[in-house]
Amino acid sequence: MANQIKNNTGFFASLQESPSTDEFVKGLWRDNPVFVQVLGMCPVLAVSNTAINALAMGLATSFVLLMSNVLVSSLRNFIPKQVRIASYILIIATFVTMTDYIIQAISVDLHKALGAFISLIVVNCLILSRAEAFASKNTIGKSVLDALGMGFGFTFALFCLGAVREILGNGSIFGVPFFPDNFQEWIVMILPAGGFFTLAIWLLIFNAAKQRKATT
Amino acid sequence: MSDKNQIQPTAPGNSGKMLQAMVGIGILCALMIVLTFQGTAPVIKKNKAEALEKAIFKVLPGIEKTKAFQLGQNDNFVQIEGEGEEGKVVYAGYGANGELVGLAIEASGQGYADILRILYGYDPGKQAVIGFYVLESKETPGLGDKIEKDPNFLANFEALDVSLNEDQSALKNKVVPVKSGEKENPWEVDCITGATISSRAIGNILGESTQRWAPLIYNNQEDFVTQGEQ
Repeated sequence: MANQIKNNTGFFASLQESPSTDEFVKGLWRDNPVFVQVLGMCPVLAVSNTAINALAMGLATSFVLLMSNVLVSSLRNFIPKQVRIASYILIIATFVTMTDYIIQAISVDLHKALGAFISLIVVNCLILSRAEAFASKNTIGKSVLDALGMGFGFTFALFCLGAVREILGNGSIFGVPFFPDNFQEWIVMILPAGGFFTLAIWLLIFNAAKQRKATT
Repeated sequence: MSDKNQIQPTAPGNSGKMLQAMVGIGILCALMIVLTFQGTAPVIKKNKAEALEKAIFKVLPGIEKTKAFQLGQNDNFVQIEGEGEEGKVVYAGYGANGELVGLAIEASGQGYADILRILYGYDPGKQAVIGFYVLESKETPGLGDKIEKDPNFLANFEALDVSLNEDQSALKNKVVPVKSGEKENPWEVDCITGATISSRAIGNILGESTQRWAPLIYNNQEDFVTQGEQ
């Protein structure tokens, strides 16, 4: 353990030394919900076909995660153990419904692109797992940090997938052309199969990096 | 079921607590949803109206302006400003010289996941459906949502025959969905393999809606022409 800390030099390591920022950084990197925990794969694979969809989905999920963590954490002494899961689902569903209205108010096109996946945030296991495993046992401050870390980690991961898929599959990033005109798009990257390919490559990179770190 | 039959008897104080927690959270959640709904409703309404106008231009190719008409009591059409009664409004589209190109009509029905809301363009001159657009759908991504993208399916609505019978009281042939690849007549909708329920739903929605609207509009075309000039 001491050896590991010694080897961790640099920016992340200095942040990790403080316990409160650790809650934030762990979701962003060490316990990244997509690349390390492999949670919430349904939206990750389905809505990451363009960078903007990925970003919007990530932010929507982060918002729900943050709000539900805050509420679950502040009500943690009030909710009896027997009805906790029902209460969490109710709280999460409420914030998802609110997000649905807010996204509709922001842009009808975006709402159409995200479609059924907004309602499916309710059953994203990432959110319920953070409520059950973290927010129900920790203070509001820590839960906020945890939610922000996990949320940004999720958004970052979705964006990694979305950017690669849009660049290769559509030759653009955020709708702006990325390659010269004669670029032949890889249509498969936009299709569901492309989601699996891209995820596999990112997981490969993450695991290779982790292994290298462990052996050095 | 009485308390005695429960597998794990709980103290009365405890179940009171559970009830209190659930009801409390329920009320809190309901309050938050209602507040958000009230806050966003006007913006959503405005966005939807804009989206509808864009869709009208899509289903009626080549139009320059549109006007909303409402079905009156004597089966005539009256121009309206703003919002009309639901299920009675159609949108007339006019070309560059003010000539009537066609009517955009909203229709809805049960899809696979939820209610499907569509908009289609009807050309009384050709007596055909000339455009189609999905306004709202929650169909399964990758399967049911092919109704918005599948080029073969969308080709159905470039010239879907909805001509009237001899006394102009009803359609000669009602629009019907058929299995993929079995379309033989111009009034049939060729469905999608893998999105059967959703594409059949579209066929049926169009069938019902054109059955109702095509005779009404065809027999009152003058209303749109005369009021469109004003």
